[in-house]
This record gives sequence, structure tokens and C-alpha cells, in this order.
Amino acid sequence: MAPPSTRRPGFSRRAQYGLFISYVAAVGGVLFAGLLLFVAAVDPRGFNALKGAALDFTAPISASGRSVVRFFGDTGASLSDYFNAASQNAELKRRLAASRRALIKAKATEHENRRLKSLLRLSEDVPEQIAMARIVGSTFDSSRRLATLAAGSASGVMPGQPVRAPEGLIGRVLEAGRYASRILLITDGANNVPVLLVRDGTPAIATGRGDGTIDLKTLEVGTNPFRRGDILVTSGIGGIYPPGVPVARVVAVRRDSTLARPIANPDRIDFAIVEAVYQPAAGEAIAPAPAAAGPRSPAGGAPR
Amino acid sequence: MSRIAFSQREVAMSDLRRRHVPILSTLAAGLLALLPIVAGSPLVPDFAFLVLLAWRLLRPEIWTAVMALPLGFYNDLIAGHPLGQSMALWTLLFLLLDFVDTRLSWRDYWMDWIIAAMAILLTVAGGWYVARLMGSAAYFSVMWPHILLSIFAFPLVARIVLALDRWRLSR
Repeated sequence: MAPPSTRRPGFSRRAQYGLFISYVAAVGGVLFAGLLLFVAAVDPRGFNALKGAALDFTAPISASGRSVVRFFGDTGASLSDYFNAASQNAELKRRLAASRRALIKAKATEHENRRLKSLLRLSEDVPEQIAMARIVGSTFDSSRRLATLAAGSASGVMPGQPVRAPEGLIGRVLEAGRYASRILLITDGANNVPVLLVRDGTPAIATGRGDGTIDLKTLEVGTNPFRRGDILVTSGIGGIYPPGVPVARVVAVRRDSTLARPIANPDRIDFAIVEAVYQPAAGEAIAPAPAAAGPRSPAGGAPR
Repeated sequence: MSRIAFSQREVAMSDLRRRHVPILSTLAAGLLALLPIVAGSPLVPDFAFLVLLAWRLLRPEIWTAVMALPLGFYNDLIAGHPLGQSMALWTLLFLLLDFVDTRLSWRDYWMDWIIAAMAILLTVAGGWYVARLMGSAAYFSVMWPHILLSIFAFPLVARIVLALDRWRLSR
């Protein structure tokens, strides 16, 4: 089909000027949008009110569909469970015995820890639980990995707070509306989580790759300390995430990069828990006012 | 359905339909971003963009380039992109398509598909670059499944848009 020419609308001066003005407006609009992007890059929380309102409006739509998806997903899982029952039973019995042994050992360690901590008079902050809600949706058409949580500032959720499931870490709150909020998942490329290798305590940084996996980088150059199946937990450095929350399991080790998968899969978990920021000082400005400059805790003062 | 309208009211209804079906169908496609999928990697096409592109290629005369601006704003708010991303990319694309239309005197099905594939590639690359500006370290290679699926979804979307267009102009 030959497209009608939009370039030259005939001999009418009025139509010609109208077309010219529409091009001027389009170019102006592109510049304005570029300005908005610049503002968003400089201050990610800048449009929180507007985006939060849109989130409040749209999250209930996702939430109502989510239960249907969950029902069909669970039906598939339980069907396959039925067919694998015998082998799964044997496997589970073996795992139960192993974890029972590990549990006894952990209880002994916990007791010893409590004793040592009381000797050191180290106060342990139990992270305050702020809200508990379902994850109702996520981005699926861009390289960002953001999920929608069905709880907002009405339940005390604020940007920056860590979000976890009982199984492990999920991410942190990026934008909060009144009744819904957006979460930066740990698989997003902009999320850097300071982690520890459980086996020997090697510190590392876990950065998302945008495709559901996580890239692990050690802080020292040299040999790759990771092995397949290693578990990583948060270290508490940076002050946002509380220490000791499981983050990821190593799935592939190459010479210069290590791939891991998150332990808490946001698609399968029932409830996400929003916790208070581990060290509230982490959310404050880097340079404190001279009058209020006190000794910062080592966890809060670390670079983010 | 080919009959003369009986009343003034019917004429007004068909006029409303003729004017607003393109915009309303694009807005409705934008709502598909609210599907309750929790995805680990980018795969599902951006339906609002595909519908917009199909309308633009089918009926170049109904929208000027400025129209992409409010539609992009809507998509940014619904899909949770950084505010300004779809606004800038879609408007730039419309300006580019206006230029392409002056160079090509004839377009057929395959030509439309090639143009749409280029447009999808450019827009996804632009979105990826904006995400990079916002601090995301994702590689571009994670976007390929999404790009391919979008390119193969385009003929289907174009079919639906064509059917909507026939319904829009029917009497």
C-alpha cells in the first residue's frame, strides 16, 4: 500500500504550518522526556509520588490475576509430585536425617554464640518486621528486574528497606505507593548485595545480570574461591541488608566469573517480608553535619 | 453490516469509534504489562509498543509524531519504566518513520515486517541503554530472546490491529 504523504499536506498554508508545529512539538517533547530521564538518573526517588500513585492504581489488577496463575502453577507442581512420590520420599528421608544432624550442630553453635556475645556485650539488633505481603507481578519486557509488592506506605513500607522471604533475600524497596510498592530484585543489574561465602567467610559482591542469575565478584584478585553448590549469605556490610540472610547458590564457576541463582525464587514464594533498614544510618547522607558527627558504626560507614 | 445509519445517534457512535479505537486499543494493550507474571528474564513482548507500531505502519495519517508522547507517558507509568523512556523512544521512532515514509513510496507485508523488526531492535536497545544509565549492569545479550519473540509476535499483532481497523471503519 502506498502510504498517504504526511510530508506535504497540500497547498493550504494552515495545514503546512500545523504540520511544522507538530514536528517542533515532537522534538520538544523528546527533549523534555530526555530531561525527565536525566532527573530520574540523578535522583531515583524524584518521581516517587507520581509513580507510586500509578502503582496503587495498577497493583490490584495484577493481584486479582495472580491467584489464578498461582492456582494453575500449583496444580502442575502437585501433579508432578504425585508421579515422583516414591523417589521423592526416599530423597526427602535422606535429607531429613542430614538436616537433623545439622540442626543439632547449629543449636550447639547458637548456644556458644550467645555465650560469646554476652561476654563481648555485643547488642544484637533483631531486624524489625514492617509488613508481610504477596508479590503480585514483575517487569517482563525490559532488562530491569522489578517486582510489585501488595503493600505500601500505608503499612510503613519505605524506599530502601530490605525485602526477604523465609527462604532468603528477595531485594529492596525501590518505590513505594500508598498500597503497593516496587521492589528491586537481587537479580537486577543495579542491585549490589554484599555477601559472604558460608563455607569460609570470603567476602564478595553479588550483582544481578538481568536474566534471573547473579554474578559474584570477590574483593581480592587471584584464585576463584567458589565451588558449585556453595551458599552465600548477606554480610551486613553497607547497612541495608541484615547479616546472615541466604542470598544465592553457586551454579557455574568459570575462570573469571561465577554464576549463582537466588535461593528465594520470587515466582514461587507465598509471602515477602519487608524489614526495617539494618543500620538506619546507611540511608542518611554520606557527609554528616559537623555538629552531629559522631562515631559511626563500622557497618553503617562502609561504602555502598 | 453495510447499511445506511438510521439515526443521528448511530452516526455519532460510529464517529466516536472511528476516532478513538486506535488510542483505546493501544491503552488496552498497555494494560497487558500488568499480567500477573513474575518473570526471571525478559521474554514477553511489550504489547503496547507492538500495537502502536502496527497502527503507525497501517495508518500513517491518523497520528502525528507528537501523539507518541502522551502514549509513552502512559506506558512508562503502567509498565514501571523510568519516566521519559517510552516518551523519548517512541517519539523519536515516529519521527524516524515519518522520514522513512518519505523515502519509500511503496510498502508491502514483508517491508512492514522488516521496518517493524528494526523498530523493535532500536527501541529495545534504547530501553537497555536507559536501564544502563540508571545503574543496571545487565548485558545486552539477555535481551535477545525478548527481541526475537517481539519480532515474531508482530505479524500477529498487526493482524489484530487490521481487524480492529476494519471494524473501526465499518458502518
